[in-house]
Amino acid sequence: MKVLAAMSGGVDSAVAAARAVEAGHEVVGVHLALSRMPGTLRTGSRGCCTIEDSMDAQRAANVIGIPYYVWDFSERFKLEVVDDFINEYQAGRTPNPCMRCNERIKFAALLEKGLALGFDAVCTGHYASILTDDQGNLELHRSMALAKDQSYVLGVLTAEQLNHSMFPLGHTASKDLIRAEAAQRGLSVAAKPDSYDICFIPEGDTQDWLADRLGNTTGEIVDMQGTVLGQHKGAHGFTVGQRKGLQLGKPAADGKPRYVLAVDVNTNKVVVGPQQALAVVELVGNKFTWCGKAQENPEEFFAAHVQVRAHGEQVACQVAVVDGAMVIRCDEPIYGVAPGQTAVIYLGTRVLAQTTIDHTVSAVDSFSTASASIGSTLDGAV
Amino acid sequence: MSVYLDYAATTPLRKEVFDCYVEHLQTLGNPSSVHSSGQLVRRALEEARESIAKSIDCNRSEVIFTAGGTESVNLAIKGLFWQRVAEDSNRKVIITAATEHHASLDPMEWLEKHEGAEILWLPVDQQGIVDLELLENYLKANSQNVALVNLMWANNETGVITDINKVVAITKPYGIPVHSDSIAAFGHIPVSFANSGLAAMSISAHKIGGPVGAGALIVSRATKLVSLIHGGGQERGMRSGTMNAPVAKAFSLAAELAVAELDHEHSRLEILRDKLVQGVKELTPLANHTAANSPRMPHNAHFTFDGCSGDSLLFLLDQQGVCVSVGSACQAGVNGPSHVLIAMGRTEREANGCIRMTLGKQSTEADVDAFLEALPKALDGALRAGLTT
Repeated sequence: MKVLAAMSGGVDSAVAAARAVEAGHEVVGVHLALSRMPGTLRTGSRGCCTIEDSMDAQRAANVIGIPYYVWDFSERFKLEVVDDFINEYQAGRTPNPCMRCNERIKFAALLEKGLALGFDAVCTGHYASILTDDQGNLELHRSMALAKDQSYVLGVLTAEQLNHSMFPLGHTASKDLIRAEAAQRGLSVAAKPDSYDICFIPEGDTQDWLADRLGNTTGEIVDMQGTVLGQHKGAHGFTVGQRKGLQLGKPAADGKPRYVLAVDVNTNKVVVGPQQALAVVELVGNKFTWCGKAQENPEEFFAAHVQVRAHGEQVACQVAVVDGAMVIRCDEPIYGVAPGQTAVIYLGTRVLAQTTIDHTVSAVDSFSTASASIGSTLDGAV
Repeated sequence: MSVYLDYAATTPLRKEVFDCYVEHLQTLGNPSSVHSSGQLVRRALEEARESIAKSIDCNRSEVIFTAGGTESVNLAIKGLFWQRVAEDSNRKVIITAATEHHASLDPMEWLEKHEGAEILWLPVDQQGIVDLELLENYLKANSQNVALVNLMWANNETGVITDINKVVAITKPYGIPVHSDSIAAFGHIPVSFANSGLAAMSISAHKIGGPVGAGALIVSRATKLVSLIHGGGQERGMRSGTMNAPVAKAFSLAAELAVAELDHEHSRLEILRDKLVQGVKELTPLANHTAANSPRMPHNAHFTFDGCSGDSLLFLLDQQGVCVSVGSACQAGVNGPSHVLIAMGRTEREANGCIRMTLGKQSTEADVDAFLEALPKALDGALRAGLTT
């Protein structure tokens, strides 16, 4: 196959490209330029967007012995990922930009361009596995290295995209093994630190970065009864489930920590309350996709697991498609779920589907209905 | 065997130049040393200076050796600006055009940001021609505010030639110094420093069959400028540091050969280039020949292709062994839309879909044929890819 290896400049994508070559494919390395004004050197835990990262990718391609190009996706990345990120926060939701990047850039813009230019597949260093079921359908599964598993952020892939994707690291038991292999292959990125931060936020400070773009409008921090507890400097800086940085001064009456329950961008209010009020039992997403083959009779509730953040725990649940929306009923409450987050549905290790959460149902009736206004905030905006 | 159509990026080191370079690399001596070893190397350096002076038609004292084109341009722009401001603090304006190379744009913008320079951008029309009428009118009322005029002789991307003699004719009555980045022009079309009346002119070796890391700033005897590098006071005090005699020698030979062959190569490459342009036009109606009606370099063919992105075309041609360029690449290898085309009033979409083919000494008809043979497949793929983004 002709394979386009997306090379970020990190160790994972470098080893993935090397393995694709060894598997006998004709591989071309490509680095995605996602910013027109890239930084010179890598800072903090950002992973891919500086000139240094691009040079790391090029050196890896040289060592592996494959051609290397830089393709400019900066315009598309800005529209599809960065602007989406800002718009989502502006709407009081918590987006996952890595997921958007996979959905709209790596396995959309890059894949489409690759296919048009004569490639058969895109290869990345994601920790996930593609398996084939007994009828020949492709399935996306968790990686063998569970601690590094990235199947969650790939949950957006459709059957067609899986058909043109290659994840050579999925069957490796740990990242340490990948690093050892990189060193053994003479790749200088073998010891390069992992990346965690959002690549387009230079200082790693999302709140400040958002404030620069969305402004700082002071607003009220209220409890579930609407009592004003303090002030904040911009509602978009808060995420449901957040405990730190509320700066309320006085402790709660019961002495227990308070959490962000809801962010109401219309009234610029941040609602806080006890941890129990964060518990939700039902998640609803109006838009969803099947990752590979769709579930048969999805209108009937079936047992599955749901995961709501990249490295979160999975929770047992019942899932069905009800009136065109994906409804996820959790067997036990889950905490700190923000609208805009993605729920990924697993059957065992297989990724079955994903949906962006539009709506949640609280676990505790009394909290949901504590007051009309807060109730509507919690039930509606959350 | 790849087909190399990117002579404007760099050229193969000529055999004669390579031999000369290697020979002089083996000679011991610092040209500033007083003993006989030093004198031997000094002799080679001064021979090189005299030879360059002859090639570009200037006085030998006017040749300031540098480590390349970008350094020359930086020395000219910053050095002239600081000198002129030191003489009269009202002179803050740099007059230029947005089609200049980044080696010019970036130092000018740096001066604007850090040194209080004001930049007057002369408009450029769709054919890449700089509006010299505006220059003339501006100077009539504001000449006392002007530090320098900076305009390139030939554009590195589109190959459009600016009438530098006319520029100097306009500025001369006001005594305003003009620097011209002549890197893309020297050795390809006739360039005479003496006749130009320029205050300073930048040239580079590796665009004409010489080694990378060799350049010169030609500075007229009447022109003063502030040095960027202070030290031993070499090169008229304008560029300190031990002079690189082997590189200077190689540069001077490359220049001598290029100038000697200029007439012949000019017509030979023009015929090849016209064949390439004609071939492209016959292949596809999507091709827009850039600045077709402007005075242009004989070895440059520049196109935009509707609905295609330049990097797709470059990739698909490269896959078939044909090296072209999408403009001037920055250090990360990222090619944004060409700032030159944007300055010429083209849309970002158009400026993304350009490729440049440049020919040189080793180019043959077979190269042009190979390019024309590879182009349909590249266009086909690039069009399909173009629809996806």
